[in-house]
Amino acid sequence: MKFGIVTFPGSNCDYDAFHAVTEIVGEEATYLWHKDHDLQGSDVIILPGGFSYGDYLRAGAIARFSPIMQEVVAHAKSGAPVLGICNGFQIACEAGLLPGALMRNSHLQFVSAEVRVRVENAETMFTNLYERGEVLRIPVAHGDGRFVATPDVLDQLEGDGRVIFKYADANGNASADANPNGSERNIAGIISDGGNVLGLMPHPERACSPLLGSSDGVRLLESILSRVAA
Amino acid sequence: MSEVTPRTGDPVITPALVAEHGLTRAEYERLVAMLGRTATFTELGVVSALWSEHCSYKHSRPVLKTLPTTAPYVLQGPGENAGVISIGDGLAVAFKIESHNHPSAVEPYQGAATGVGGILRDVFTMGARPIAMLNSLRFGTLDDSRVRYLFSGVVKGIGDYGNCVGIPTVAGEIVFDPAYESNPLVNAMCVGLMHEEDLIRAKAQGVGNPIMAVGARTGRDGIHGASFASEDLSEASDTKRPRIQVGDPFTEKLLLEASLELIKSGHIVAIQDMGAAGLTSSSAEMAERGDVGVTIDVTKVPTRESGMTPYEILLSESQERMLVVAKKGHEDGVRAILSKWDLTAAVIGEVIAEPVYRVTEGSKIVAEFPGSRLVTDCPIYSPEARESSDIVALRNTDPNSIPARPEEKDHVWTLQRLLSSPTIASKTWAYRQYDSTVRTNTVVGPGGDAAVLRVRGTNKAIAVKTDGNGRYVYLDPRVGGRIAVAEAARNVACTGARPMAITNCLNFGNPTRPEVFYQFKEAVAGMGEACRALGTPVTGGNVSLYNESPAGAVYPTPVIGMIGLVDDISRVTRSTFQHDGDAILLLGEMGGELGGSEYLATIHGKVVGAPPRCDPVREKLVIDALLAAIEAGVVSSAHDCSDGGLAIALAECCIANRDCESGAEIDLSGYSSLTDRGILFGETQGRIIISSPAPERVLAVAKAAGIPCAQIGRVLRHSDSLDITLPKSSLRSPLSVLRRAYHSTIPAIMSRTVEHANFDELSPVAAH
Repeated sequence: MKFGIVTFPGSNCDYDAFHAVTEIVGEEATYLWHKDHDLQGSDVIILPGGFSYGDYLRAGAIARFSPIMQEVVAHAKSGAPVLGICNGFQIACEAGLLPGALMRNSHLQFVSAEVRVRVENAETMFTNLYERGEVLRIPVAHGDGRFVATPDVLDQLEGDGRVIFKYADANGNASADANPNGSERNIAGIISDGGNVLGLMPHPERACSPLLGSSDGVRLLESILSRVAA
Repeated sequence: MSEVTPRTGDPVITPALVAEHGLTRAEYERLVAMLGRTATFTELGVVSALWSEHCSYKHSRPVLKTLPTTAPYVLQGPGENAGVISIGDGLAVAFKIESHNHPSAVEPYQGAATGVGGILRDVFTMGARPIAMLNSLRFGTLDDSRVRYLFSGVVKGIGDYGNCVGIPTVAGEIVFDPAYESNPLVNAMCVGLMHEEDLIRAKAQGVGNPIMAVGARTGRDGIHGASFASEDLSEASDTKRPRIQVGDPFTEKLLLEASLELIKSGHIVAIQDMGAAGLTSSSAEMAERGDVGVTIDVTKVPTRESGMTPYEILLSESQERMLVVAKKGHEDGVRAILSKWDLTAAVIGEVIAEPVYRVTEGSKIVAEFPGSRLVTDCPIYSPEARESSDIVALRNTDPNSIPARPEEKDHVWTLQRLLSSPTIASKTWAYRQYDSTVRTNTVVGPGGDAAVLRVRGTNKAIAVKTDGNGRYVYLDPRVGGRIAVAEAARNVACTGARPMAITNCLNFGNPTRPEVFYQFKEAVAGMGEACRALGTPVTGGNVSLYNESPAGAVYPTPVIGMIGLVDDISRVTRSTFQHDGDAILLLGEMGGELGGSEYLATIHGKVVGAPPRCDPVREKLVIDALLAAIEAGVVSSAHDCSDGGLAIALAECCIANRDCESGAEIDLSGYSSLTDRGILFGETQGRIIISSPAPERVLAVAKAAGIPCAQIGRVLRHSDSLDITLPKSSLRSPLSVLRRAYHSTIPAIMSRTVEHANFDELSPVAAH
């Protein structure tokens, strides 16, 4: 399976995603340049973390107008997998692939830490190798990670099982203390209506090696393989 | 051929104008003698920047020459943008530290941010991809609202810049002391990794080769930043805010990628950051290194505002700009790479055979200097050095003559106060604002003895750390200089790394004062002794003088940035206790020296006594013994004893890692020749706390090395307390007390309102 990783000006986790896919999961990966229109036959698109266009105006707001994004949106509309991590989640929201928005963290500071997230739905193409309720250790690093949406959108997301990850403590409680950025209802990641676009603030590609502290992110990438391959 | 004529509208050179440029009369006369005529205003500006302390090292150079700079693995020593050492497998590490003290004192957010930007460029212009940032910060005490403003602004500036560029900030140190009240120290270090064959030097070569300005456009910001950094801070410093540059990390990220592509492309022969003194110093230094002439036409420099004079263009310190010497005929290749990254590249000059440094404005020559004399003719000073008798008196005070406070009967009271001293307390409040895991190489991040980064494609890792103790250097600069190097070496060794080489940032006061120059000379001498004994040459660094405010000079503060190499990544060792039942050993002497200690400063408000002795040869033996034990696989954790002494180090081993706390039972009753407080809080050097499942093997390794080592206790993972038995008393503290003191202090202080701080207004996001 081929992963296409988009490099926007200011992307800085493209390299990490590339290595997680190729070295850890053992699949093919290619970088996709933001000025191009060619997805190079990629099966899965990753919108990586970073500061696309310096996060000027608003995180993700300019990147959504990149030439490559027209193809990414079309890819998503066709039901193919798109994974937006951190800045990629912000871009996916700005591009209308996911509902809601990512706002400045409630404490107004950048937060870099290993957090715990609870798997809310293990029946998606991104989470089928996890158990529902399982608590994962994954790093976050962002200044604008507070997920917000209107109450009815939040209710709908929760009702439809589209909230995929929630910030939680070691015992799996989605408590206020475990929420690193003030996200509504501790939401760390959501999926699109069609179930093929996942956006999340934590960085699964940074949790792919016991040497670096956690390998809980590996199964997210492997889940995509098992589903798409099936 | 040439005739230099004053530009219409330029001010006439007067003694007052010369003084305003920070040049002495003698220095101006030297300039006139070199030119054989009166200087133009543009020339005066150029010389004032290049002969500033910041660019010329005119007071420090002869002293710096005494430092050892070579080893078989040193590929590039001092004199380039950064030092470079080989780590084997065809790979090399480029690294350098630099100060941004003065800008940060006036404008903490931009001052710190541009400090990070500048040091990043110094490393990637060598051809290395930056893999880690570190920083050493010193502030006044946090009870002062302006200090809190400076601290939070500097931390945010470092974070916003490094996070956006995508380089992890992995380690450093933060010290709070009244000595840094109005003159904080902000030293940033960058470490980069490269293939040895990609090493490129900033040396202009090849007559006819075009000189190109690439990256951001030139504006009026930061003019005379280098001169500003070369004078004492004063009440008037705030008015020099316009001399402070404004950073744009997004452009830096593009410039980083473009520059690495350029270096790989074969289109260029040299590249250098336009840092302090901007276009002036980058072009003059590249010409001097290549022993060639250059000519620059300022009308060809892309500017972001109209009507800029040659003087302004030459001295602008606008950020995120590079000067490149391209190969003739490859200009379009350079332009294509820059344009891919949406950046500009313009030919602004040429390498010429004529031995001259010439600046034109169109066809008119506005500045011209013979050969490379602009760089080589800079005056060099060896000012008088004399120790202050006040400091001799402080050093001669016996710390044991200071009576214990009544509260100290309860050692827990003292321990708690020390753990909550902001210098010792956990700095997670700051580190949480730095992305420390991007690029997925961070094996040990902030908070350990040193940070460790894996080297992809090998079984190796590198350990990095910055260290310094101004109080020791203040009380005894020779000993303090030794300790700075030895402690940094010990810190990287605690992770399992062999210390390899250092970069240094020497923060001192006004060198024209004999007592300051004495400190400088002695501290450098001490550092040199330690570097030689430890086998860690100096590959470059930075000198920051004039760190003085109306309140006086800062503590003389050499900061050491150390690189260590781990040959086998599976041997990387943590600083906190790991396994229940492990024996706890003290490698090194008990000592009990209280002079210059954190204990005296925090508990008694006194900075007195001789700092602990430091024998660099012995330090080397301690490090060798530690590394032998780690290599033998019998070390579960290793932690250096430093600020606050043994009791603090033990407490840190118990509670610093919140996910893996341990209790411990310690018996020190046998050290009856020492005082209980000396045992607990003395800062004797050359000591490491080791936990091990096989203590007899650690003891045997130490014995073979001739270093004292004693089993002093046991790790109790399931115990909730740290218990220490002393010759005359004991300390029993619940971990909850230690945890609160250590982890909650800084967040509690910083949650108070930070006055006049709205950094969002300053961040580039809002500024555009």
